[in-house]
Amino acid sequence: MQGKIKEKVGMLFVSLMCAIMLSPAWALATEATAMNPVPVAAGDADWWKWPVILLVVTFFMGIIAVLGGVGGGVLFVPIISGFFPFHLDFVRGAGLLVALCGALAAGPGLLKANLASLRLAMPVALIASAMAIVGAMVGLALPTHIVQLSLGGAILGIVAIMLTAKKSVIPDVPQADALSSALRITGIYYEPTSKEEINWKIHRTIPGLLTFIIIGFMAGMFGLGAGWANVPVLNLMMGAPLKISVATSKFLLSITDTSAAWIYLNKGCVIPMMVVPSLIGIMLGSMVGVRLLKVAKPTFIRWMVIAILLFSGLKAMQKGLSSMGISLF
Amino acid sequence: MTYHNTQATEEQLQYAAILEKGMYIGLALMFITFALYVLGIMPSIVPLSEISTYWSTPVHEYLVAVNTNFLHWEHLPTGWSWVKLIGYGDFLNFLPIAILAGVTVLCYLVIIPGLFARKDTAMAFMAITEVLILTLAASGLLAVGGH
Repeated sequence: MQGKIKEKVGMLFVSLMCAIMLSPAWALATEATAMNPVPVAAGDADWWKWPVILLVVTFFMGIIAVLGGVGGGVLFVPIISGFFPFHLDFVRGAGLLVALCGALAAGPGLLKANLASLRLAMPVALIASAMAIVGAMVGLALPTHIVQLSLGGAILGIVAIMLTAKKSVIPDVPQADALSSALRITGIYYEPTSKEEINWKIHRTIPGLLTFIIIGFMAGMFGLGAGWANVPVLNLMMGAPLKISVATSKFLLSITDTSAAWIYLNKGCVIPMMVVPSLIGIMLGSMVGVRLLKVAKPTFIRWMVIAILLFSGLKAMQKGLSSMGISLF
Repeated sequence: MTYHNTQATEEQLQYAAILEKGMYIGLALMFITFALYVLGIMPSIVPLSEISTYWSTPVHEYLVAVNTNFLHWEHLPTGWSWVKLIGYGDFLNFLPIAILAGVTVLCYLVIIPGLFARKDTAMAFMAITEVLILTLAASGLLAVGGH
């Protein structure tokens, strides 16, 4: 009985969040502020309201991210840039730091448990982090409306990946390829569900590494983090087991996002009043999300995340197009 | 080097230990410096009541406005110039962010000698290259221009 009540409360909560986030009224209410920046000369006695709203929204975002199995960065950038008055430059900087801190918090535990593989991450990180620098520099050099439009396209692409990508718990890798053998990218982990020690190896290392050129570039350009792309490539293309792929992907963000975060930091795209409330909100939300995992329905949450991303992607495209004088709706 | 058990390798455990320490130090410092800033215990370059008027502008305009209105420097406050302003609450907050963004370089530096000692040359050179890439990103040499 108590369990059913908890489940209903959980469902009501996520439904409410979904309704709020997808409500046209919410979009319209934030539109005026987002599209018409406050003049620089004027002070604001209510300056504290935006960090507080940011804290509350990122708190719920942290919950949804955990329940939906996505990183905070991929939700943070499109939602905050779409519905808050902050400029995209600062949102991307904050988004990278949100993703970076999440990865730093999870990384040590995953490495110690031998679920994240340093040997798998190192060559991948080398390419992704170098390209993240390029992506960050390109993203900061391009006009905002172009980045906004591309962000919308990227988010819609992520939605397509989430809708179509399959997962393989333990992919069949008949033989490790020459490069991964030479680099000794292999390992063993204990799978408690089957009570087996899984001996894993990878293949298609070169195509996999080349794919990280694009992933690293996009992570740097949009400040998204890149778990949404890391996992399918590590798991489906390179053949790492799903648990190893998820854990290594999370750890990988601590390196990829570090390089891009330095570019944003050095370019002045970090405003502590935005970054710290976001980090606190996401971290607290993630803690609550982990507890709610027991009562929430993963399928429903996944669809909700897809719906939020779809809406945010369209919103980003609409903002980019409207800056060019083109009306989408 | 042992690969036939479920234990993490020596360099992986070393890396994790440094990462964990850096993460805790960075996050703890972030909460402290933010409290000093937001509670007004330390002065800030941009007054709290005015910060909301800056964050909706592109970063270049923001830097120009901050420089024109408060700093009056000959150059914009990019790269590591925040270090000169560390006595102010808003810029003090860059310190924990720099620690969090810098801990990975330290992790790599710590594991390099072990990789060479175990004749894991390819991984050692990869680690060195990664350090160079991250150091270049952190150096501020790439923080020129912007729109």
